Amino acid sequence: MKYLSYLTIGIFFGIIMYKSEAASWFRIYEMFQFGSFHMYGIIGSALVLGVIGIQLIKKFNIKAIGGKEMNLHPKEKGVTNYLVGGIIFGLGWALAGACPGPMYVLLGAGFPSILVVIGGALLGTFVYGLLKDKLPH
Amino acid sequence: MNLLYDPWPWYVAGPLIALTMFLLLLVGKKFGMSSNLSTICSIGGAGKYSDFFKFDWRAYRWNLVVVLGAVIGGFIASKYMSDNTVTINPDIAQELSEDYGINSAGQAYLPPELFASQQLTDPFVFAILIIGGFLVGFGARYAGGCTSGHAISGLSNLQLPSLIAVIGFFIGGLVMIHLLFPLIFS
Repeated sequence: MKYLSYLTIGIFFGIIMYKSEAASWFRIYEMFQFGSFHMYGIIGSALVLGVIGIQLIKKFNIKAIGGKEMNLHPKEKGVTNYLVGGIIFGLGWALAGACPGPMYVLLGAGFPSILVVIGGALLGTFVYGLLKDKLPH
Repeated sequence: MNLLYDPWPWYVAGPLIALTMFLLLLVGKKFGMSSNLSTICSIGGAGKYSDFFKFDWRAYRWNLVVVLGAVIGGFIASKYMSDNTVTINPDIAQELSEDYGINSAGQAYLPPELFASQQLTDPFVFAILIIGGFLVGFGARYAGGCTSGHAISGLSNLQLPSLIAVIGFFIGGLVMIHLLFPLIFS
């Protein structure tokens, strides 16, 4: 039952990513060229509602189903890892035109080549794991 | 407007993404897609090479189920809810065509110049895809999250580290498109 809810949320998310064209290489390119408000509108409106919703969750102490605290942990403090990691991520996001969610959506949409991008992302994750202790954080 | 078939405007998609985040919080989880990549590495035995992958991946099975859903969602949307073309700003489409020979804006969902299966035999295209993926995977783990985990979840929770990461995402993206694309694709 629980897994059915995760699956349903995933399907919902996949449809949104595809239908909003946030999974399209063209939209990512257009965004970084400041050619349209579309992507900024998506992220911005999600964010405005997200901020309001999370403030309400905290104010009224709304719990997750089953009465547990919601999974809202503060991020560890730091600058270097967030900035440098973020820049590296952004380079890849613009080059491949896909971030980790849409990659899977595109696989379902029937683009076998995206498996190369997913393979690269797994490799990148693995190499980070190998180098983690040597990198500045 | 045909809501089922036409592309969804930002004011439909953005609120639905916020809803996705709230639904995941409501079932006791969180919205962050890149953690899957670590989970898959862990399942594949990467713990033998780095302690970073030594965790009980069974605790993250839920996240793989969300991913499976995303694959199914992509299938449903592309098959039944879309004509699979993306129309962008015509000036940008023209630039893409003139500067980089990518002529497919408005006719495809992804540029076939990069994503058609037969292009995989071209070492240049293969390199673009695998390096792009590598940077996404490496960067997301180094930064501790991706667009969903930082730009949506983290910023919604007013986390300063997420703001720093998102600024990084945009610096990286702008450098790639404005400085590196002319070198890579010319």
